[in-house]
Amino acid sequence: MAAYTPRLVGTVTKYVFVESPDVMPSDLAIRAYEVSEGAMIKETCFGLQVTGMPEEVDRIIRHLRSIDPHHIFVKDRGFPPGDPRRCRANLGGARPGYFGHEFEFPLLRFVSCGLRAAEEAAEEERPVEIVIREARPALDIRKLIEIIESEES
Amino acid sequence: MAKVFIYPATSLILSDLVARFGHEPLGAALSIRERIQTPGLESPPLQITPEDPKKGLRYAAVEVPSGVRGRMAIYGPLLEQSEAAIIVTDAEMAFGCMGCARTNELILFSLRQRGIPLLELTYPKSEEEGVQFVKAIREFLAGLQEGGS
Repeated sequence: MAAYTPRLVGTVTKYVFVESPDVMPSDLAIRAYEVSEGAMIKETCFGLQVTGMPEEVDRIIRHLRSIDPHHIFVKDRGFPPGDPRRCRANLGGARPGYFGHEFEFPLLRFVSCGLRAAEEAAEEERPVEIVIREARPALDIRKLIEIIESEES
Repeated sequence: MAKVFIYPATSLILSDLVARFGHEPLGAALSIRERIQTPGLESPPLQITPEDPKKGLRYAAVEVPSGVRGRMAIYGPLLEQSEAAIIVTDAEMAFGCMGCARTNELILFSLRQRGIPLLELTYPKSEEEGVQFVKAIREFLAGLQEGGS
């Protein structure tokens, strides 16, 4: 058995899946690069993989979620991107774990509907703010007559 | 913020919803990451070493096959940390070899024995079911917050 020296110790990797009619993985990648401060971003067919220190990754994820909150989904990944033990470039065929994504991906649109409904329900539960405006003084009748006459002349 | 075990432990939907509603999802990726980032002897692909079936003895009897005990070394610590759990009962993606199947049974049994808050539901197959699915998870997680978990 050979000695094993891990790489990217202390980092986290997260998958970002996008199932949206408006946002493409390439859009997400550009937005992620805009706010990234050293995190590794890999664009994939389903979205992105973001690798970096936990705080940095969380910050990027929060930003990405805000682009299309109901259609962007995030989960943890154990391996960093391109790891030879998992990457299909080395193994051939689909990456292990792909089948789980393939199973859940068609269900995401139903979850998106649920998220939209949950947000609407939360909006309804929120107490309505009653704004009391101070009554403006009514327009003086003589001033109104002056305005009308000036317009007619 | 409660630690919520998700089953299937690799589920994207459950992991996302738990994190989205302000809790910490406990999935397989956390244990795998811990192994991948720990130096030692090379043991591809998952860095599961001969030590792991021994650690699994904490969760399964000695006559249980080592494959199940090795898997339980991954899931067992997550089960111990969990303060609540969400289980999807019709998860075909959790299907695997006999080792996976028996480990899944043991995970579900252990969760039910622990007496922690559990939510059991099925994957949505329509928009209406999607609404109910998200609503159930949202209310369950909100209840954890109110309960002070």
